[in-house]
Amino acid sequence: MRAIDQLRFTSQVLSRQRWRTLLLLLTISLGVASVVMLTSVGEGARRYVNAEFSSLGNQILIVLPGKTETTGGAPPLYGTSPRDLTLEDANDLARIGNVRRIAPIIAGTAQVSYGNVAREVITLGTTPDFFPLRSLTIGQGRALPATAVDTASSTVVLGATLKQELFGHANAVNQWLRIGERRFRVTGVLQERGESLGMDMRDMAIIPVRSAERLFNSAGLFRILLELKQIEQLEQTKQQILSRIRIRHDGDDDVTLISQDSMLSTFNNVLTTLTATVGAIAAISLLVSGILIMNISLISVSQRQREIGLLKALGAPATLVRRLFLSEALLLTGSGALIGTAFGELAITVALKLLPQFPFYAPLWAELAALTIAIGCGLLFSWWPANRAAGLDPVLAMRGETGGSHQ
Amino acid sequence: MKQRSTNEPAATVNDPAMAQTVSPATADNAMIELEQLSKQYRIGNQPFQALDTIDLSINRAEYIAITGPSGSGKSTLLNMIGLLDRPDSGSYRLHGQATEALHEEQRALLRREQLGFIFQAFHLIPRLSAFENVALPLMLAGLSKREQQQRVMQTLDQVGLSPQAQQRPNQLSGGQQQRVAIARAIVMQPPLLLADEPTGNLDQHSGGEVIELLEDLNRQGMTLLIVTHDAALAQRSGRQLQLVDGAIRHDLRQSR
Repeated sequence: MRAIDQLRFTSQVLSRQRWRTLLLLLTISLGVASVVMLTSVGEGARRYVNAEFSSLGNQILIVLPGKTETTGGAPPLYGTSPRDLTLEDANDLARIGNVRRIAPIIAGTAQVSYGNVAREVITLGTTPDFFPLRSLTIGQGRALPATAVDTASSTVVLGATLKQELFGHANAVNQWLRIGERRFRVTGVLQERGESLGMDMRDMAIIPVRSAERLFNSAGLFRILLELKQIEQLEQTKQQILSRIRIRHDGDDDVTLISQDSMLSTFNNVLTTLTATVGAIAAISLLVSGILIMNISLISVSQRQREIGLLKALGAPATLVRRLFLSEALLLTGSGALIGTAFGELAITVALKLLPQFPFYAPLWAELAALTIAIGCGLLFSWWPANRAAGLDPVLAMRGETGGSHQ
Repeated sequence: MKQRSTNEPAATVNDPAMAQTVSPATADNAMIELEQLSKQYRIGNQPFQALDTIDLSINRAEYIAITGPSGSGKSTLLNMIGLLDRPDSGSYRLHGQATEALHEEQRALLRREQLGFIFQAFHLIPRLSAFENVALPLMLAGLSKREQQQRVMQTLDQVGLSPQAQQRPNQLSGGQQQRVAIARAIVMQPPLLLADEPTGNLDQHSGGEVIELLEDLNRQGMTLLIVTHDAALAQRSGRQLQLVDGAIRHDLRQSR
């Protein structure tokens, strides 16, 4: 049989049994599309967190008060310690050679009011280094004055949302407002920026650290952010930090150091697991569609067993019959899988338009796995019964449908 | 109608195994030789002797009717001769060539070149037009598109169905469908035509047309074997084989 005739025969099977072909294409493409879409969500989450971390730079070291002995697992967010980490500790750490920037942070909630509008927001006390350290840019006005490193001054930088709520469209720079019982002058407003590691910088007020000390009447630091000059000396710097703290804290190095890398790898592990889990869920849906493919194929093969018998009676060798059914299954599942992939990618494109801040992305391995499983299922389940029928004597194959009318 | 002698095997045979079919051994004109052929089926747990040590010799251009009650092994005998089924024991020589030792692929080749089948239920492929159904054997044989076109139209013309060439089986009457099936059986111009109850699903009139068509082909030289229940039809043949319980009860030659 000529190749062109084989192709014509196969395409006639597909084009003249339109409903069967459409149903099969639908099941296969839905299975593949669901794998592509589900894994794109998991992979997107991983990429989102990665981007958030790398926006901080990898030279950041975080010092938390209190010692956490556990290693691995999720990074501790709050240490517990009877001894506070103070601004004096921070100033001492600033003398370490490898420290480029240092931002001690005191955090608390305070009522911020302007005129008759008042909002209860998180107020951070920190130093001017905080802004470059967290890659924050000032939209209007200026950041905290350089003197804010170690003196209390009545200046405040507002997050964009907070400014909007207090001042509306009016100019906020150089206006005076109240935080708690104290009056502060607005020096600047942060540029609009998304959430950063769960801290919504848009809805915060940032004041000098000494002012916060007085405002909250506490010398305990929430944490200290350090930016290193050379990441290669991370370990030495950690040791230096611990020894300085030990000297200052009566021989106890009761702080926890978190480097960017360790946080990132922890999150990465969690999110890769997440992607794999989502992928496994998608694989189940693929398996379900595989079973659907199997059912439709089995029905159609038993219907066409008579045709197989006829082809053999007309002198088609078993190898040719196998090849005909193989190319039919390949054409069907292959195009179904490709349609599914295209549909999945289209859905991702639409999702990216609707949620631009979330990087949906279907990893290549997931698409390849989906294609392989779909085509594998289709081939196995439609080819295997056809292969069996092709091996029978023609009279047996023909009897499959006619119920023994030849006897 | 085109007159064509089919006494010689089809000219397309080129397989070395097939070369024997034109060997001098066939000079005695025996086309089909069955010796001690037996076949047993199991129906449930019961063994069922479909064919019981059949000895039979059929010459070229014979017209044979195989009759007998249901379950007497008529169809099984036809399937054996048509290489659709395999015997349990005994030998079957087609054109002097033993068929038992042949591979399935070689048997398929013999079916394609030497045999034409006509079934009671027509066995047309419903999604294909009359033309495409008739073209199937030519496609399987790997003929060029132009040659297929030419031979299919010629054969459809021969069975009187040229105007219906593009219609699907469900648009044709039973008699027309069976004539399409006959066209498919003879499009390769096989020397041997096997018909299993060809009129069983047809009314009297179209059945008569089909039989006349088959007899006409026989007059042109094709060997014709018809399995039938119809005594009147059997009377028209040149030789009647009556089967009972898988054995030949009567082998009756008659003048036509």
